[in-house]
Amino acid sequence: MTLLLLMFEFFKTGLFSIGGGLATLPFLYEMSTNHPDWFTHSDIADMIAISESTPGPIGINMSTYAGYSVAGIPGGILASLALALPSVIITLIIARFLAKFRQSKTVEGAFYGLRPASIAMISVAFLNVAKVALVNLDALTSGAGLGEFFIWKAIILGAVIFIAQKKLKWHPVIFIVLSAVVGIVLKF
Amino acid sequence: MKELLELYWTFVRIGLVTFGGGYAMLPILERELVDKRHWTTMDELRDYFSIGQCTPGIIAMNVSTFIGEKQKGVKGAVAASVGFLTGPVILILIIAMFISNFAHLEVVQHAFAGIRVCVCVLILQAILRLWKSSVVDPVALVIYIVVFALHAFSGVLPVKIPAAVLVILAGIAGVIISDRRNRAARKEGDAE
Repeated sequence: MTLLLLMFEFFKTGLFSIGGGLATLPFLYEMSTNHPDWFTHSDIADMIAISESTPGPIGINMSTYAGYSVAGIPGGILASLALALPSVIITLIIARFLAKFRQSKTVEGAFYGLRPASIAMISVAFLNVAKVALVNLDALTSGAGLGEFFIWKAIILGAVIFIAQKKLKWHPVIFIVLSAVVGIVLKF
Repeated sequence: MKELLELYWTFVRIGLVTFGGGYAMLPILERELVDKRHWTTMDELRDYFSIGQCTPGIIAMNVSTFIGEKQKGVKGAVAASVGFLTGPVILILIIAMFISNFAHLEVVQHAFAGIRVCVCVLILQAILRLWKSSVVDPVALVIYIVVFALHAFSGVLPVKIPAAVLVILAGIAGVIISDRRNRAARKEGDAE
């Protein structure tokens, strides 16, 4: 039963996430809210890191990882197949009338609305990752004050990575490995 | 059968060497599919990408399906896209098995706390990259803000709108807005 539900959720994700990789994020967060026993919000941040450091499309990697954590090896395989299925079906349909699709005013119009919507939802996903990585939400409820609320060493690390990535343009994997080392050394 | 196997293996190899997906795959696909095997041309590949960008799902799957279909129809499409998936799925399963054994270690937890900061930055950079081609004018900015608000505060709102519904509504809004603009442009054209 869990497997069927898992496949349904990832099929839905494949069908509605538009614009590649990170567009699957809002759906993963929704899944984690609706099925709290599947994976947590901080699990998702870890999944993104692993997906960015391994070959293959990020969406597929994330669904394999999430599927595995819910239902073992069959879960991993079925979740990624379910995610891929809508793309394969839709592409097969489009391949039949490729020229028409490319010139369609309706398709063009739909994407005028879909693109900003997709980034808006990725932005919310960004805030969800930032919530576990950069701030300490417990400080708000315990009344420890703003100084405790921000995890300063994490924010400084983030700023350094942001600037370094812009200047050096290294592959993300290198920054992921370096931040893991910083995390261990400075006890994040 | 031999051709299907060749399609499958070619895409297994491609799936294993593409990091990050999306446009990062283009140079590898060009070498394997255009230069080596002459299965497609660079122009066709670029078209497949732009269609992949604006259809649901994973771009790599769209591209594999297009090329597989062109070679061997529906069977070819399945062979190519399953081939692309094979490597990444096996790799992630192996990693996932290891991680669940070590996740409780303090060192691993510190490492992931550091990595999460990096992930934050990577997502922010992706948003900044996509911003220019997506939020093209003030109306698009309004769509961004409305979707952001509805999605971010869905926990507080009396009715929770699922992400899939937001996607559909944004698509419909896009069609209506563009249609109105096209009509207004045509009217202006007639008046002259």
